[in-house]
Amino acid sequence: MLKIEDNRAWFLILPVFLLVAFNAVIPLMTVVNYSLQDIFGPGQRAFIGVEWFRETLRDPAIHAAFLRQILFSGLVLAIEIPLGVAIALTLPRGGWKASAAIVLVAIPLLIPFNVVGMIWQVYARPEIGFLGQVVNALGIPFNYTGDPLSAWVTILMMDAWHWTPLVILLAYAGLCSIPEPYYQAARIDGASRWAVFRYIELPKLNGVLTIAFLLRFMDSFMIYTEPYVVTGGGPGSSTTFLSIRLVNMAVGQFDLGPAAAFSLVYFLVILLFSYVFYTILQRAGRA
Amino acid sequence: MTIADAALAAPTEGRARPASRSRALGRLVPALGLGLFLTFQMLPIYWITRMSFMTPRTIMSRSDFLPVAPTLDNYRVILGDPTWYMSYVNSLTYVLINMAISLAVSLPAAYAFSRYRFLGDKHVFFWLFTNRMAPAAVFLLPFFQLYSAVGLFDTPWAVALAHTLFVVPLAVWILEGFMSGVPREIDETAYIDGYSMPRFFLTVFLPLIRSGIGVTAFFCFMFSWIELLLARTLTSVDARPIVVTMTRTASASGLDWGLLAAAGVLTILPGVAVIWFVRNYIAKGFALGRV
Repeated sequence: MLKIEDNRAWFLILPVFLLVAFNAVIPLMTVVNYSLQDIFGPGQRAFIGVEWFRETLRDPAIHAAFLRQILFSGLVLAIEIPLGVAIALTLPRGGWKASAAIVLVAIPLLIPFNVVGMIWQVYARPEIGFLGQVVNALGIPFNYTGDPLSAWVTILMMDAWHWTPLVILLAYAGLCSIPEPYYQAARIDGASRWAVFRYIELPKLNGVLTIAFLLRFMDSFMIYTEPYVVTGGGPGSSTTFLSIRLVNMAVGQFDLGPAAAFSLVYFLVILLFSYVFYTILQRAGRA
Repeated sequence: MTIADAALAAPTEGRARPASRSRALGRLVPALGLGLFLTFQMLPIYWITRMSFMTPRTIMSRSDFLPVAPTLDNYRVILGDPTWYMSYVNSLTYVLINMAISLAVSLPAAYAFSRYRFLGDKHVFFWLFTNRMAPAAVFLLPFFQLYSAVGLFDTPWAVALAHTLFVVPLAVWILEGFMSGVPREIDETAYIDGYSMPRFFLTVFLPLIRSGIGVTAFFCFMFSWIELLLARTLTSVDARPIVVTMTRTASASGLDWGLLAAAGVLTILPGVAVIWFVRNYIAKGFALGRV
């Protein structure tokens, strides 16, 4: 759309600007402050430069958490994006069936994080949970409190259960916006179902899928409550993701300086990844 | 990936290949895939609902598919105890305040982004979105200090304002998409007809994008309702939300799984109501947005 050049539009974004500045800039400055100081107690602090950053970047526990986090986010995206698109394709378009399906699909999205964790904590338990029982009855040993692989499978299933609906809703919205004549033209040309998907539906989904991809990346990279409730980061440290590590440092051990330095690096990593993904997905959409 | 492959390979009605067998199969496979997925979605919810009708002892000893010795006691406890039911009120209070603030500041901003070019517009848009990328864990301590300093600690306002940090960027993006779907000629005609900008915005423009407002409100509700970390950090007693009450219960007297399950089921209900309101809007207009 052609837009008018008018700097008075700043008045319209001023409320958002002030709100976010209050909420983001002041706390961010606090974090920057902590990251450069050593705090012994109230009023006793010393400027130590980039020492905490150096420590963070060398901490093997953080390295391990970082690799774990990348693996987790990678798997989440690899599972949820294709599954979400596939399910969106199976949803009916219009009518009461569509409404009913959307309501059912979306329910997990509105369940609080710790309730999601609680649900899966019980559901996957070998003695009293439905999933744990069924899997063990099939002869596959499954116990998320003792076995890291089981813990990962549980957390990935939980995340797919909670967040695939978001991908479905966005993809479904994209599919509904494709005008019917596109499909008619494809039918006249005798296009196969795959060709319809590849050359009509997928290009139209590029926009919503970019957002779905970015949101799922950011949120899975920041995941805290759900795995924490289910496994507490264990067994061992096999499900200690970055946020769990960070909260342990800041709240558990009260290492404010290192935690602040870690926070800033963490934030920058998410920013960098998001920017790279955004650029790649935009290019892919244009090509 | 079998569901995906099957769904892709399957021709749907009207676009089917001539062979009627493959057409029948083409309808069956997506339906089957959807059915499987919905079962996967509903089973955990069923399981916690089942638990909410049981006592802790039967929960720990029995794993029958149907509730064993069903009772309403857990719900009675929650609905009869103010520390429980007031927590729901506290949660809904800050979620609604958050929705109101987020919509109030996002609507004009989204209008500016969709209609005007101005100094630094792209940078501001991107800067807004970077706030969505800051892990809540980073802000726990600074937020605690900030909201204590301004005297809002342990009020719904603190949580509502803190949640705007990651709700507003998304709200601006969604609204901007819906607004860009409205042709600018409508604005121009209204201005020629002598409408002032605020009057046009409130009486003409907002009704035009009401489905977008519905969808945005849905996402504001969702991200604020499900959040735990900030809500826990910014409240202590007076404004304690339900998600926190649940975690406190868990650590105090051992785990009363029946009670927790009932509390959990009650956290799902407001969400279902909200989805029900926006079910017909959710599919519209998203795809218009700029990305």
